[in-house]
Amino acid sequence: MDMDLQFPGDVRDAQAHGSRNVGETERWASVAAGAGLLLLGLRKREASGLVLAAMGGLLMRRGATGHCDTYEALGLNTASNGSDTRRVLRGRGGTLVGESVTVNRPAAELYAHWRKLDNLPRFMTHLESVEETSDTLSRWTARAPGGKSVGWTAEIINDIPNELIAWRSLDGSAVVSAGSVHFDDDGEGRGTRVRVRMQYSPPGGKLGTLAARIAGQDPASEVREDLRRFKQLLEAGEIATTDGQPRGRA
Amino acid sequence: MKAVCWYGTNDVRVEQVPDPKILNPRDAIIKITLTAICGSDLHLYDGFIPTMEKGDILGHEFMGEVVEVGSASHSLKVGDRVVVPFTIACGRCFFCSRDLWSACDNSNPNAWMLEKLYGASGSGLFGYSHLMGGYAGGQAQYVRVPFADVGPIRVPEHLPDEKVLFLSDIFPTGYMAAENCNIQAGDVVAVWGCGPVGQFAIKSAWMLGAGRVIAIDREPGRLRMAADYGKAETINFDHVSVFEALKEATGGRGPDACIDAVGLEAHGTGSIDAWYDKVKTTTFLATDRASALRHAIVACRKGGTVSIPGVYGGFVDKVPMGAAFGKGLTLKMGQTHVHKYLKPLLDRVARGEIDPSGVITHRIAIDDVPSAYQTFKRKKDNCIKVVIKP
Repeated sequence: MDMDLQFPGDVRDAQAHGSRNVGETERWASVAAGAGLLLLGLRKREASGLVLAAMGGLLMRRGATGHCDTYEALGLNTASNGSDTRRVLRGRGGTLVGESVTVNRPAAELYAHWRKLDNLPRFMTHLESVEETSDTLSRWTARAPGGKSVGWTAEIINDIPNELIAWRSLDGSAVVSAGSVHFDDDGEGRGTRVRVRMQYSPPGGKLGTLAARIAGQDPASEVREDLRRFKQLLEAGEIATTDGQPRGRA
Repeated sequence: MKAVCWYGTNDVRVEQVPDPKILNPRDAIIKITLTAICGSDLHLYDGFIPTMEKGDILGHEFMGEVVEVGSASHSLKVGDRVVVPFTIACGRCFFCSRDLWSACDNSNPNAWMLEKLYGASGSGLFGYSHLMGGYAGGQAQYVRVPFADVGPIRVPEHLPDEKVLFLSDIFPTGYMAAENCNIQAGDVVAVWGCGPVGQFAIKSAWMLGAGRVIAIDREPGRLRMAADYGKAETINFDHVSVFEALKEATGGRGPDACIDAVGLEAHGTGSIDAWYDKVKTTTFLATDRASALRHAIVACRKGGTVSIPGVYGGFVDKVPMGAAFGKGLTLKMGQTHVHKYLKPLLDRVARGEIDPSGVITHRIAIDDVPSAYQTFKRKKDNCIKVVIKP
């Protein structure tokens, strides 16, 4: 996304509604997500459609004005933080997701599979590819709405074999994120607990996250499903599916 | 191929659909030689189970011949004659490795749905709604079987299809129901519901050492089968008070174990709670009718066991928890861990200890399935068990 684009209404809206507190990327994402929700809402001929449409309108407004009342109330500001993970994600700055699953395999095996980063798209279905460019650097490409893709570079910042992998996105990334995965073997033959913590500044901001949650795609359930697929892959050797099976015409 | 597809309440049709393909390395494709309609299929037919979609292929009791195996399905080979468990299980997770196969962690692609409803998801099931994974079922000419290296059991040539088919579900289900009763020598076991699972629960109770088995239903044909095939005493709940009759039969103590082989669509007649359920489920204030379960809890002796192979799907109202607590009952239930029972029960069939084909009342071709659902549902023509040669 081009960070230099300016919104025409900036001056007027800055006076009308207090100061800008929404970052540029997030503003464009808000407009796009808002328009989508608005259309979706209007197409549904029921009460829930009205709610979606209203949320869409709200999102579009915050995108256009660069001001978010919710952020103001929460004391948040993503307008001036750039893409440094420590600044963007500190305090209440990012969306935090924590999920865990127990996998009936040794920690060493799970760690090895995860550490080979190009395995990740096998169970993280929103990823198109991960390419390791050095011992610690990797290039990530993810699917974005509308058939587009979004890319960023990540750095492994902590790596304890068979126990822990932690990473963060590098400066200049469109998706600012940091995360870690812990592998704890209970040593009693009951499997390995896999804990993922992800913190990121989503395109669309917190309101975008809320909208996504309503549309059934919130980050927590996405991570939970990723972990479920990871578990299936490592335990059963394959991911359960019915895609491609026969059925009678509807 | 031809397949029996669900299109809505009281609406199943035989449709021409594409043949199934291998989708995962541990899959196999089975050419079905014999399949059946299960009492639990009626819950789908009657619209009691949510997340069915138009065109879903029904059926979870089937057997046949392996015609194709995936790259990682090493234990089966083309030409093997197998019976397939209705529960789909990976064989490698925490639960499978503890013989809790129907609690498999890895076989339901829609696990998130059941997690929301039940807190956790059990295994995927063939032909039993998208909540249970949305797998195409086996009332068809071919079926795709996931995790085929751990599920299907090879059966010896000399045993005909009709004698081994029911290892897929109802024989293990009846057997597990009896096993859950923790029967001690001489125990009195009462069985509500003399459909096929009830019949196998009766047979199994004897195998496990029961001293008396009492069968409860209101269909004369089913009670007759319980008496002739199952050698059970019978009670017709249309004619007598079950509670009084059981008290009388047990010298006032009550049965040591009670089996609810009815589940969520009980037809208690005349009793207040049956009407209460009818009103509540019709108005969506409750989802399941539980007449048999209530009676089983109230009739059971102090310290006894209530075992529930009958299917429940949602919420049950007015369960006499006070009676269960007050009498210190043990309640055991759940989908059958079919894989665990396949070998031992096949051995019993091979040794001639039981002939499961004794419950079959109707043998039909696949084109006749839609009308057979009606016959089975209405219990017309003494219909107890329908098998289909597809």
